[in-house]
Amino acid sequence: MAASDEGARGRSGSTRRQFLLGGAAAGFGAVAALGAEHVLDRPGAAAQDAPVPVHGTETVPFHGVHQAGITTDAQAYATFVALDLHDDVDREALGRLMRILSDDAARLTQGEAALADTEPELAVAPARLTVTFGFGPRFVERARGAAPSWLHPLPAFEIDRLEPGFSDGDLLLQVTADDQLTVSHATRMLLKDARGFADVRWTQRGFRRAHGSVAPGTTMRNLFGQVDGTANPVPGTADFDEVVWVTEGWMAGGTSAVVRRIHMDLDEWDTVGRAGREQSVGRTQATGAPLTGTREHDEPDFAARTDAGFSVIPEFSHLRRARGVDEGRHDRIFRRGYNYDDAPSGDHVSDAGLIFACFQADVDEQFTPMQRRLAELDLLNRWTTPIGSSVFAIPPGCEPGGFVGDTLLS
Amino acid sequence: MTTRRTTTTLALLLAAGSLGLAGCSTDDAAAEATSTGTPTTAADAVSIQDAWVKAADEGMTAGFGEITNGGEDELTIVAASTGAAAMIELHETAADSSGEMSMTEVEGGFVVPAGDTLILEPGGHHLMLMDLADPIQAGDEVTFTLTFADDSTTELTATVKDFTGAEESYEGDDPDGDHDTEHEDS
Repeated sequence: MAASDEGARGRSGSTRRQFLLGGAAAGFGAVAALGAEHVLDRPGAAAQDAPVPVHGTETVPFHGVHQAGITTDAQAYATFVALDLHDDVDREALGRLMRILSDDAARLTQGEAALADTEPELAVAPARLTVTFGFGPRFVERARGAAPSWLHPLPAFEIDRLEPGFSDGDLLLQVTADDQLTVSHATRMLLKDARGFADVRWTQRGFRRAHGSVAPGTTMRNLFGQVDGTANPVPGTADFDEVVWVTEGWMAGGTSAVVRRIHMDLDEWDTVGRAGREQSVGRTQATGAPLTGTREHDEPDFAARTDAGFSVIPEFSHLRRARGVDEGRHDRIFRRGYNYDDAPSGDHVSDAGLIFACFQADVDEQFTPMQRRLAELDLLNRWTTPIGSSVFAIPPGCEPGGFVGDTLLS
Repeated sequence: MTTRRTTTTLALLLAAGSLGLAGCSTDDAAAEATSTGTPTTAADAVSIQDAWVKAADEGMTAGFGEITNGGEDELTIVAASTGAAAMIELHETAADSSGEMSMTEVEGGFVVPAGDTLILEPGGHHLMLMDLADPIQAGDEVTFTLTFADDSTTELTATVKDFTGAEESYEGDDPDGDHDTEHEDS
C-alpha cells in the first residue's frame, strides 16, 4: 500500500500564497534573498548540499472518485469531529455548507490558505493533510436523500457503556495529517465555516507513530502493545474495493464509517502476563504473528491443537472470534483507527484507548455480525469497554468544481 | 496544484474568459492601446482570485479578493456594483485624526500597477456593500461587476463566508458615526 500511496502524493512546491507573499512586495523579496544567502554561507551548508528533507509539503490529492483519508496510508494525527445540524438547516443550506467545507478542504490539503483564513501561515505545511466528510442519518434525512439501509446507530451490545458525548452526530469531519498543528488549524477553519449551520457534538483526537518513525504501511500498534489491523485488505486491490466501496446510487464510490471509542484499561492490562495477553488476542505481542505462525501476515491455523488438545488459537481469542471461524462466517472490514491517551483522573495513571474507525461497504452485513460475535465472546472484553459509537455514510469524492455530497445535494 | 479548481475560481475563470473576449471586440480603449502594440482593456488585463464576501443579515458588509493586473498599463477600478446591495463603495483602511483605524472611501478608485496584485482584505482595501437587498448567507455566491477607468467592465463571483473579523468602524456614511459591519446571527 505504501508504494501506491506514494505514487498518489505530490510535492506541492511553492504555494500560491508563498508566491503572493513574495510577489506582493519587492522589498520582501530582497530580504528573502539576503536570508537565503545567509543560510548558504553557514559552515557545512554548502550550496551543492542537498537541502534538509522536510515532509510538511507533501500533499494528498483532494479530488477524485473516492474521498481521501481512507486509502491514504494513515497519517500520524487525527481529529474526528461530529456536528449536530441546527434545526433550520435544510437541503439548500446543506448544499451551501458542503460547498464551503469542500472549498476549505480542497485548499488546505494542497497547502493553501482557506478563503478568509485568518492564520494563512499555518496552512503552508499540509503534511499529507486529508479531510474526509461523513453524513449521519439526520443529514441524509434533511437532504431528502435515500438513506442507505445500514445508516443507523449500531444495535446495543451488552458490553457497551456508551456516552452520548462520544456517540452519533449528523456530520463527521475526519481531519488527519502528519502534523498536529496542521490538523488543529484545518479543524478550526472547517468549524468556523460550519458554525452557522451546526454545533460541535463531540471531538476525539488520536495519534499513531509519528511520520518517519517506522516504515510507511507498518501496521499500527495500540496502547496494549498489540499490532492492530493486520487483517486489513490492501488498498488498490480488487479485494479492498469489494470490502470497502459502495457501488450504487448517490453513494457510488463512497463507503460507511463506524467510529467507536474503546476505553482500554491499561492499569488492569498491566496485571496480565505475556502468555495471557497473547492467548486473549490469538497473536504474539512481539510480531503480531498468529500463535500458529512466526510472521505478522502468516495465515492463522485455526485447526492447530496443543498436545493437551486445546486450540492453539483459543476459542475465546479476539482473532478467532473476529474471523467467525467457529460460525463459518468471515466478515471483512478496513480498519483505520487511532490511539487516544487523555489525562487520567483519580488513582488511575491512564485514561487511554482506541478510536476504532473502520470502513466497509455495508455496516449491517460486514461490521455488525463481527461486533455481535465479539460482544458475545472475546477475552479482550475484560479490559476494553466501548464508550462511544457512531455510524456515518461517507459519500464519494468530488471532481474539481464539485463538492463532497454533490451526488446527494445537487 | 493544477488539479484544484473550486466552484469560485472556476466561475471566475469563466467570467474573466468570456468578458475578455467581449472586451477585445468593442472598447475604444482597445484602439487607444494599440499604440503600445497590445490592444487590451483593463478588463482584459485583470484577473481575480479568491473573492469572498462576509455574510450579513442586513445593512452593510464587505467583499474581498485578490485583483491582479496582468497587463502592461496601470489600471484603475472606479466602481463596483452588485444585485445584492444598493450601493458599493471602494474603501481603504487608515488611521483617522484620533489615531483609530477606520475605513473611508478611496478618492479616484483602486489603482493596480501593471503586473501587480491588489489584495482586498479585512483591515485593508475592500468593497463596501451598503443597504443589502437580502441576507447574504454563508455558502451563497455574490456576483459583482467591476468598472474600470477605461469604461471596460468585468464580472466576478464571490463566495460568502461567515467571518467574525472585519469589525472595524466606518466613517462618513452614518449620521451616528459608529455603526460597523458586525452582524448578529438571530
